[in-house]
Amino acid sequence: MTTTSALCDSLIKIVGKNFVSNQKEERYFYARDGGLMPPHEPDFVVMPKTAEEVQEIVKLANREKVPIVPKGAGLALTGLVIPQRGGIVLDMKRMDRILEVNEKARYVVVEAGVTQGVLKSYLQKHHPHLRHSIPDSPPVATIVANAVIHGQGRLSQQHGFNSDMVSGLEVVLPTGELCRIGSCSVSKYWFSKGPPLPDLSGLFLGWFGTTGIITRLGLKLYPCKKMRDIMLFLADKAELIPDIMLRLSHTEMVEDVVVSAAPLPLRFRGTFWIMAYITGDSDEELEFKRKMVWNALWEYFESRDLGFLSVSPDMKAPLMSMPSKDTSRFADVSKGGGFQYAGPITPIEKFPAFIRKLEEVATKYNVFYASTTRLIGAGHCMMFSFSFSFNRANTDEMARAKKALYECSKFALEEGGVLWKADIYEQRLLMDKMDPNTLVLMKKIKQLLDPNGIMNPGNWEVK
Amino acid sequence: MQKYVSQIHRCFRCGYCKFPTDYSSFNCPSYRRFRFDSYSTGGRLWLIYAWLKGEIEWSEHFAEILYTCTTCKNCAEQCPMKFAPDIVDWIVGARSDMVEKGKIPPRVARFFEAVYGYGNPFKQLRSDRAVWANGTKKYAPGDEYLLYVGCLGSYDENGQKMARSLVDILNASAVSFGILGEEEECCGNEIYMLGETGLFQNLMEKNNQKFKELGVSKVITLCPHGYNTMKNIYPASGGNFEVYHYTQILNDLIKKNKIKPSQAKAKITYQDPCFLGRYNNIYDEPRQILQSIPGIKLVEMERTRRDAFCCGGGSGNFVTDLLAGSADSPARIRAREAYETGADTLAVACPSCLTMLTDAVKAEDLDDKLAVKDISQILKELLSAR
Repeated sequence: MTTTSALCDSLIKIVGKNFVSNQKEERYFYARDGGLMPPHEPDFVVMPKTAEEVQEIVKLANREKVPIVPKGAGLALTGLVIPQRGGIVLDMKRMDRILEVNEKARYVVVEAGVTQGVLKSYLQKHHPHLRHSIPDSPPVATIVANAVIHGQGRLSQQHGFNSDMVSGLEVVLPTGELCRIGSCSVSKYWFSKGPPLPDLSGLFLGWFGTTGIITRLGLKLYPCKKMRDIMLFLADKAELIPDIMLRLSHTEMVEDVVVSAAPLPLRFRGTFWIMAYITGDSDEELEFKRKMVWNALWEYFESRDLGFLSVSPDMKAPLMSMPSKDTSRFADVSKGGGFQYAGPITPIEKFPAFIRKLEEVATKYNVFYASTTRLIGAGHCMMFSFSFSFNRANTDEMARAKKALYECSKFALEEGGVLWKADIYEQRLLMDKMDPNTLVLMKKIKQLLDPNGIMNPGNWEVK
Repeated sequence: MQKYVSQIHRCFRCGYCKFPTDYSSFNCPSYRRFRFDSYSTGGRLWLIYAWLKGEIEWSEHFAEILYTCTTCKNCAEQCPMKFAPDIVDWIVGARSDMVEKGKIPPRVARFFEAVYGYGNPFKQLRSDRAVWANGTKKYAPGDEYLLYVGCLGSYDENGQKMARSLVDILNASAVSFGILGEEEECCGNEIYMLGETGLFQNLMEKNNQKFKELGVSKVITLCPHGYNTMKNIYPASGGNFEVYHYTQILNDLIKKNKIKPSQAKAKITYQDPCFLGRYNNIYDEPRQILQSIPGIKLVEMERTRRDAFCCGGGSGNFVTDLLAGSADSPARIRAREAYETGADTLAVACPSCLTMLTDAVKAEDLDDKLAVKDISQILKELLSAR
């Protein structure tokens, strides 16, 4: 193996000295995220600008058998870009070009470092009638990383996971080849990640960077209506939530359905906030949709199981903002700068059991909790978050939050859910439960693509 | 300031601090310059916390990361947390601890040494402090205003031009004012932001004492940095006078018809100084002055007002220059943005911005296409006072 100094020189030769660091400060910061996973330092942090530079770095890492971890903003909170075995963290955010917007085929092609915030702003300015599915992670989250973890966003109720909206990939394979996936592999257009070809995108999406490094991504865009509004309902019976979500989905009038619950402020303890977002190009369209939503839920209004909350402008602004700053604010509930959530993807019928479990676990471990549930697809599933905030200056509270999270993850798995953006511990839980032949397939794919095992080792490692 | 020790762990490193309001690009000058997350506000706060916990040792690199923050306050504007207003104080607090331990970047140490020894960061003689003034009347009891020009106005070539222009306008408008000349002391704003609290206290007390002795009741500052410290920090130490930035005074003179700019023909864009805008919410007066000039078309850059991108000069960086040396240096990015508006003139209201952006325009090879001028210079060229 080449000496660290020689490796550093080689990396500098590829990207330039300003974009390689092996200094303690960068190694410290890139060793951890805002969640609860233990840190592990990289040997180098490197910021490539082009796919060619990524290729060169990957070839070098293969020659030297050095681990390599591609990183967006590191906001998964489950340690997915903590370099478990050191090596190189590739901070992709210098690859920040929006390369193409095809208005007629409604897609955008971006480089790997383009953030959710920048794309949102760019579309608002240059293509105001188009939008993408913005997640509630902070705006610095990257489009690519969100797709790689199968993120969800504001359009997931209508169009599924954000990764379902991918329309093509350019990938540097773990052995250094640059490869295109989807329609862009045979055409200049990036309208499909698979069909009518074999869908190879599944070799990369959901693999957390263990099978290649995405350098470009096509993303489907959707109509952006001129107006948007929120209808906010309150319910106090968890058993009714699945049916309410289904009824909202049945209208096919609702953009996004989110249900949240938290013990504070006290006046809302024990109630569920059901937020239905509607959009329209005219007052008439919005009014029609409002009416459809009212009609769908009328039975529950009559039985007084559901109430409508009139929203003041001050209250409305944060609910309407995209992304929601309230998601980040949850980290400061304990005045301590930390939160993490287990976010299993699960049938919506599980809502009552999950909310009961959340409250039970929060009491058991004495941690502050909240939950946000997002409907995905036309009722096909939901993301239910077991969220716990903690104080980073309080190690005991952090330990309790961690125990609470794992208990919830195990419970969700037992109930038939599938853990989302699972950390390495949760990945093991998933793989323990997985069909053995699926595991064999995963292992074969991994060995075929990454023979030297350099890509984000520790993640999706099939024993 | 020291409460940062018990609070700094609250940063979640969510990254909102990197952006302007519309998320269109990165608005943290040092993050935009260096691109490692360690140079963002979140990076800095996490590293400071690690330093406090003993997880990292002090190093020159760490100190440089801390001192490349220009204290432009974009982070405080954008952070969604309740502690947002305290972020700059936390960074200043950590710098203060570094200063106490004598562990600061050499360039910052030289900045302090210059102010200790010479009373200004340029190591210029006190006797030369009023060379620019060319006979401008000294302040005397009874004058309505003290014109405080600061270190940049006294010694920097661009700052001196600003000061002379302003003096000419005030004289032509029959404003009652005087300067301190060789007796003027550094305002200390940069010293404060760099964490040298002892020296800052000393400068502030000297200035407060001097103003009191002279019976100063109203101060006009040339520089937003001086305006900020005199407005927001001096009162706690006995400073008892009104403070105005010169753009407030000129705007008032125009409104009262005491200055009437003649016809011009220019397309101008304006750089909001951080210490005027984000720190003191003064956005309109400079624009109103420009808009009052017949024939001038004011065009805005994409990032403007509370979202304005810092020139990179704050926290003494107009001297220490820790963000220089790249096309990604904030001033060069800003010069390109100004040029992209189609403006022929980039107007500023701060001697630090003037010097940073003048250099940047040259570095970008735009000096024959984009003039960088202070508002007082623009106005003086069109002066038609009554």
